[in-house]
Amino acid sequence: MNRWINKKPSRPLAIALGVLPFILLMALYQWGSETRKAENPNDKLLPSVSQFQSAIDRLAFTPSKRTGEYLFWQDTKSSLQRLLTGVVCAAMIGLLLGLITGAIPLIGANLNPIITAISLIPPMAVLPLLLITFGLGELSKVMLIVVGITPFLIRDLYQRTKDIPNEQLVKAQTLGANSFQIIIRVLLPQILPRLLDALRLSLGTAWLFLIAAEAIAATDGLGYRIFLVRRYLSMDVILPYVMWITLLAFLLDWLLMKTSKKAFPWYHAAK
Amino acid sequence: MSNYQIEFRHVEKSYGENLVLENINCQVKQGEFITMVGTSGCGKSTFLNMLLGTESHTQGDILLDGQPILAEPSPERGIVFQKYSVFPHLTVRDNVAISKEFESSFIGRLFGKQRNKALDEADKWLDAVGLLNAKHKYPHELSGGMQQRLAIAQALIKHPKVLLLDEPFGALDPGIRKDMHKLVLDLWQKYHLTIFMVTHDLEEGFYLGTRLWVFDKTRHDPHAQNRFGSTITFDLPVGKTDEESLEIIEESLSLHALSA
Repeated sequence: MNRWINKKPSRPLAIALGVLPFILLMALYQWGSETRKAENPNDKLLPSVSQFQSAIDRLAFTPSKRTGEYLFWQDTKSSLQRLLTGVVCAAMIGLLLGLITGAIPLIGANLNPIITAISLIPPMAVLPLLLITFGLGELSKVMLIVVGITPFLIRDLYQRTKDIPNEQLVKAQTLGANSFQIIIRVLLPQILPRLLDALRLSLGTAWLFLIAAEAIAATDGLGYRIFLVRRYLSMDVILPYVMWITLLAFLLDWLLMKTSKKAFPWYHAAK
Repeated sequence: MSNYQIEFRHVEKSYGENLVLENINCQVKQGEFITMVGTSGCGKSTFLNMLLGTESHTQGDILLDGQPILAEPSPERGIVFQKYSVFPHLTVRDNVAISKEFESSFIGRLFGKQRNKALDEADKWLDAVGLLNAKHKYPHELSGGMQQRLAIAQALIKHPKVLLLDEPFGALDPGIRKDMHKLVLDLWQKYHLTIFMVTHDLEEGFYLGTRLWVFDKTRHDPHAQNRFGSTITFDLPVGKTDEESLEIIEESLSLHALSA
């Protein structure tokens, strides 16, 4: 085999190749950190590993002097609560509207133009509006996530509903089904795995809006903490938080994928 | 009332300027097995869709048991498509039982005793098409031929007046196709079905059925291909399915295939 497109890595080689960039990145960081520390021991930009450890210990395993809470876990809890509430609300609205506009042409004709129009509004542009309407509490942050990802979910699920072969709808009619029965027995079960797909795609956006909302108006949360300590150039806090958010995002994605494979084996096998 | 189950009277189908079918006149009795052949675009599928109710005719009358045919699909007319006929998210058994659930439950779902009864009836039909062993599988675990068997069982459990087959075996291997022919003929005789089958395989049309219809254009306008529509140019009873007729039809079809 001479062509590069035909050379496939063995399993161990593939793993090694995949891990390599992570190791390089860490080594590069270590080298950068040490170089800067050598010049200026008080350098804050690239903290050392021991500084990370002490920052994590201070935030995650020592109660806050002011409130007695474990800030890191409190932040995580608040953020996840907002994120999940927002995502679940968006999923329900997206599923309902996507399914109904896709299944019933009259409703589709009625709602699709306005859904398209709303989906073009940049959500961050209406954040002030949300803050004014829903106050500075939890609701406005959840609403930003809902406003941010629902239009995408509706439009995606509308398309997925349309993609279900018409033959199946005709078949169901010849089996005596009415519109409602077709929606809940033929379309809905086939749209659910596609909803999970769409959620996986929109989770990144949901995190974006969560952190944006927390940066602007919050008293706790992962995004709030990052934006709070940036005033002190506390890279020792920011970097572990960013990695934690990345890990959480990865775990949520993984969980959705596993759920989908477990609950809808026919969907994954047929692909 | 006439003793024909299905009647087409001066039926015409056009899409705007584009005339697809014209002057369709035919009568079909209960229990006939009609195979329909023709070149692609000759309107045989359009004809089947008009019977099915997914397309409406633009002129004339289509009667089912003396009544105008419903303009949307209904349980009177069962259908098997070439593919996508079965529900991928349901097991083989549920695929057949679901029509019982549509029938007796508003939300389309039965529980307990009623469900068991529906499943028992589904098993009976799965047995009739030779799929009983696969009843707990999902459609993606079945071969193409088995999926078509399932689609047939789905249709038959509703006891349709007419069974419509739209190139049902077009995607199957020749060996499997033979088995399916046998199955369809058996079911047709056993349950006295009226069957309309579209096929692009002339041999298949000759081998199955009691009547063979050929769809073709009788008039051609070289300057406007869509000016004239197709009609039924041959209507052969099964007794006439000899080599000579086969050759005549084959010749007429290939002539038009060349000119098209």
